[in-house]
Amino acid sequence: MIVVACIKQVPDTTQVKTDPVTGTLIREGVPFIVNPFDSPALEEALKLKDEYGFRVVVISMGPPNTEVTLKKALALGADDAVLLSDRAFGGADTLATSKVLAEAISKIAEEDEVAVVLCGRQSIDGDTAQVGPGIATRLGFTPLTLVDQIQELDLAAKKVRVRRKLEGRHEIVETPLPTLITVVREINQPRYPTVPMRLISSDAEVRLWDNSTIGLPAELIGLAGSATQVRKIFSPERTEGEILGDGENKPDETARLLIDALLEKDVISI
Amino acid sequence: MSANTLIFIVVFVISIAFFGWSCYNRFRLVALGKPDDRLKEIAKRVWSVIYYPLAQRCTISHGYRFGINHAILFWAFVLLLIANTEFLLHGLAPDYIGLSKLPAGAYHALAWIFDIASIIALLAVCSAVIRRLVFPPSYIDAKSGDAFVILGLISALMLAFFGMHGAEIAMGTEKAVSYMPISAFAGTVFFSGMSAGALETAVNVFWWIHAIVLLAFLNYLPYSKHMHILTSIPNCFFRSLETVNTQPRETFAKGNVYGTERIDQFTWKDLFDSYSCTECGRCVDNCPAASTGKALDPKKLIHNIKVNMLQNGPGLVRNGEPTHPLIGIDNDKDGSVSEEAIWDCTTCGACMEVCPVFIEHVPKVVDMRRNLVEMKAKFPHELLNFFENMEGRSNPWGIAPEKRTAWMEEAGAKPFEAGVTEYLFFVGCSGALDPRGRHVTLATAKVLNAAGISWGVLGKEELCCGDSMRRLGNEYIFDSMAQENVNLFKEKGVKKIIVQCPHCYNTLKNDYRQYGGDFEVIHHAEFINSLIEKKKLKFNGSGDFGKVVFHDSCYLGRYNSIYEEPRKVIAAVTNKAPAEMERNHEKAFCCGGGGGRMWMEESAGDRIYIVRTEQALKEKPDTICTCCPFCMTMFEDGLKDKESEDSVRVLDLAEIVAEALE
Repeated sequence: MIVVACIKQVPDTTQVKTDPVTGTLIREGVPFIVNPFDSPALEEALKLKDEYGFRVVVISMGPPNTEVTLKKALALGADDAVLLSDRAFGGADTLATSKVLAEAISKIAEEDEVAVVLCGRQSIDGDTAQVGPGIATRLGFTPLTLVDQIQELDLAAKKVRVRRKLEGRHEIVETPLPTLITVVREINQPRYPTVPMRLISSDAEVRLWDNSTIGLPAELIGLAGSATQVRKIFSPERTEGEILGDGENKPDETARLLIDALLEKDVISI
Repeated sequence: MSANTLIFIVVFVISIAFFGWSCYNRFRLVALGKPDDRLKEIAKRVWSVIYYPLAQRCTISHGYRFGINHAILFWAFVLLLIANTEFLLHGLAPDYIGLSKLPAGAYHALAWIFDIASIIALLAVCSAVIRRLVFPPSYIDAKSGDAFVILGLISALMLAFFGMHGAEIAMGTEKAVSYMPISAFAGTVFFSGMSAGALETAVNVFWWIHAIVLLAFLNYLPYSKHMHILTSIPNCFFRSLETVNTQPRETFAKGNVYGTERIDQFTWKDLFDSYSCTECGRCVDNCPAASTGKALDPKKLIHNIKVNMLQNGPGLVRNGEPTHPLIGIDNDKDGSVSEEAIWDCTTCGACMEVCPVFIEHVPKVVDMRRNLVEMKAKFPHELLNFFENMEGRSNPWGIAPEKRTAWMEEAGAKPFEAGVTEYLFFVGCSGALDPRGRHVTLATAKVLNAAGISWGVLGKEELCCGDSMRRLGNEYIFDSMAQENVNLFKEKGVKKIIVQCPHCYNTLKNDYRQYGGDFEVIHHAEFINSLIEKKKLKFNGSGDFGKVVFHDSCYLGRYNSIYEEPRKVIAAVTNKAPAEMERNHEKAFCCGGGGGRMWMEESAGDRIYIVRTEQALKEKPDTICTCCPFCMTMFEDGLKDKESEDSVRVLDLAEIVAEALE
C-alpha cells in the first residue's frame, strides 16, 4: 500500500520583495524552499511508513529545479519521488493543479493501492488551501482537512480516525479509506536527514513525468485549464493606524514607543 | 642459591608475567582505536614531558595548592623507583647485586636519599589520607576504595622499608647506619633489645612484606585508576598541542560511518586518555555543566569510556560486535554516556585546560554528537530549526541574507575589494543581524575608521562561519559552509580578516586551515590593541565606564590564548586595569553559550549564564566587558534575571573604545 505525500517548492517568502510599481513578487535570486506546511505532511507519511510499512511516494508539480526538493524528501526516507514538470502545466490555478496531481496519483495507484494522500494545509505563496481538497474531489477520496492528529488507522477495516484542529475546538472524524488528509504544522516535528541518507538520495532517481505520461487533454491543464486568472497583485493600502519607530533595527526603542503609545491611549496601565 | 632466593625468583617471574599479561590485555584495546598521528613536533612533546610531569607543573597549577603533595609524592616515588629496582635485583641475585657493593660514597648517599624519600612519601600519603577524610574537596570522590588501597599499599611499602632496615641496623649488619636516620630511629625504637634470632626473623619478614607489597602494587595498577602511573607520562607526550584540538574533517562517501558510537570509532589516543585519568576531579571542578547540576560530568565521561572499552574490548578484539552501547539514555549506567550529557557540553575547554595529564574531553563529546546528528538525526528538538536555518539561509535565525547590510549605511561601510581594501571586516551573523550585535559592529567600524584603516565587508554575500554547526556535530553542513567560505574569500582576494566574534575567529583561523584557508585572521581585541600600541587611536578620557570587569570568552582565551590584549585595551581607555572575577584567564567560567548551547534550551540544574553573571556581580562592576556576542547575550540576560540591567552595562570591547574616542 502506498501513501502519497504532495509537496510544493515555494520561494522563500522571508526573502521575497514586491515590486513597488507592479505589485508583483520579485522572484529573481530568491532561493526556493519546501513549503513549510508540506514538511509535516511528508513527516506524517514517513511515520505511517514506520508504523505500517507503507511505501511513501512523494510528488510535486513544478519547474525542473524542484528535483532538489524531491531529493531532500528521498533523503528523509521517501521511497519514490515523482516530478510533474511540463511547460504545458505552467500558469495553472488550483483547479488545473489538482487535476494534474490527481491524475498522477491515479497513475501511481496502478502500481499499488493508494490508501492515504497527505498534503500541507496550504502553500505559503498561493495561500489558497484548495489544492488538497481539489485532489480529493477529483479522486473521490474523503477529504480531511486541518488534521493535527492521526489517531487510528485500521488497515483491516479500512478506516481512519483523525482529529481536526478548528478554531477554538477539535473535531474527531472517522472515515473509510482511501482518504486525503491536509495537515497543520502542529501535527508533528519533521525529521532531519542523516548523512548516509543524503548521500544515497543525491544519486537516487526522481521520476520525471510530463503531460505525455499522464495524458490529460490540453484544455484541462495549465493556464487553459484554469478557472481563475490573476489580474493584479497589490498590497492593500493602509487607511488607518500608525507605524511606530523602526522595529526591525531598533527593537528596544520601538518597544518603548509602543508602550508609551499604549499607555497614552489608556489601553494598558502600569 | 638459598631457598629464599629460589622462592623469590619464582614469585617474581609469576608476578612479572601476570603484570605483562595484564598490560597486554589493557593496551591491545587501545590499538582498537583509529589512527591519529601524535608524533609531530617531537621537541615540544619532549618539553611537555619535562615541564608537566617531571617538573610537576601539571599538578601545581591553576591554583590547586594541594597539588604540591602529589609533586612531593611523585618525586619521592621516582627516587624510590631506583631503590625498588635495586631491591628486586638484589632479591634475584643477592650475591651479585646490592647497594653495599657500590663505592662507599655512592652507597651512603643513596642510602640517605632513599631513607629520606621514604619518610617523605609516608608523610605525603598521610596528608593525602587526612585530606580525604577530614577536609575533602567537593570534586574528588574522597572515599574511593581504590584511592585507599593505593595509599595503603604505598604506606605498607614504606613501613616495610623502615622495618627491614631498622631490624638490620639493630642487628648491626647495615653499614650505612649513620646515613639512614629514620631507619636508625626505627631500629632503636622497635628493635632494640631483641635477640639476634628474632631480629633475623624480623628482617626476613619485612623483606618479604616489602617484596610482596611491591609486586602486588605493580599488579594492582592495570586494574585500577592508578594505571595512571604507567600512562600519564606518555599521555603528556602524545598530548594535543592545542588547548582544545581542532576537530578532524570527515570524508563523506557512501558506506562511511560518521562520529563515534562504539569505542573502536574513537582514536587510539582517546582510548589511551581513559587509562590516564586518575579521577582527580579538576575537570569537574571547572566544568560549567557539572558545576550547575547537569548530567555531564567530564570525569565520569572519561571513566565510562574506559568501562565501555573494558566491557566491549575483548569481543571487539575477536572481531565481534560491541555488546554494550557507548551512548545510552541512562546516565547512571556504568559504561555508557547519556545523550543528555553529550548535549550538555559547552565545549568551553575548561576541563582540558586544567587536566594535569592532557586528557581531551571535548573532541570525544563532539565525536559522539557527530554520530547522533549525522547517523541518527537525533538531537534536542530545538536544534531542528537552527540546522535548517543554517543550511538554508546561513545564519542561526533564518533571517534573509540581504538583511546583513542593514547597518552598512550608518557606518559608511563599503564592499571589500581586493587591491583597494586592505582588510576584510567579517562581521559575523550576530554583528550583521542581531540588533544588539549591530551596535558592536557600528562601534568596531567607528574604531577602524578613526584609525584610518582600509576595510570592506562582504555585505549580503557574507555567510555564517559554521562554528556552532561543527561543535554540534553537524559536520556535513559545516563542511560545505567551510568550503563555501574559503572559496569566497579566495575568489574575493581576501588576505587579512578582522573578526569581532571569538567563534568566527577560531573557525576562520583554525578550522579553515583544514580547507586550505590560510588567511591572517585577527580578532578585534588584538587589532584594537595594536592600533593603540601604534598610537593610532586617541581617547578623550571622558568615557564613563566606572568599574570595568572583564570576562574571558572561551574561544578567545583558552582556545586561542588571547588574554592580555583586551585587558591592555581596557587599561589604555580607562587608565586602569580591569577588575577580575575570581575565575579569570585560563580558568574563566563559560557564559554557557559555546558549543552550540546558544541555540539550545537549558532546563536541568542552574543556568550557567546566571551563575557567571553572579560571579561578575560579586565584583560590583559598573560595566561588564566582553569580546563575544554570545557572552554579551548571556550577560544581558543574566543581568535582567538579577534585576541589575539598569545599574550594570554590558559592553563589547569595541564599544568601550568607540565611546572613548576623541
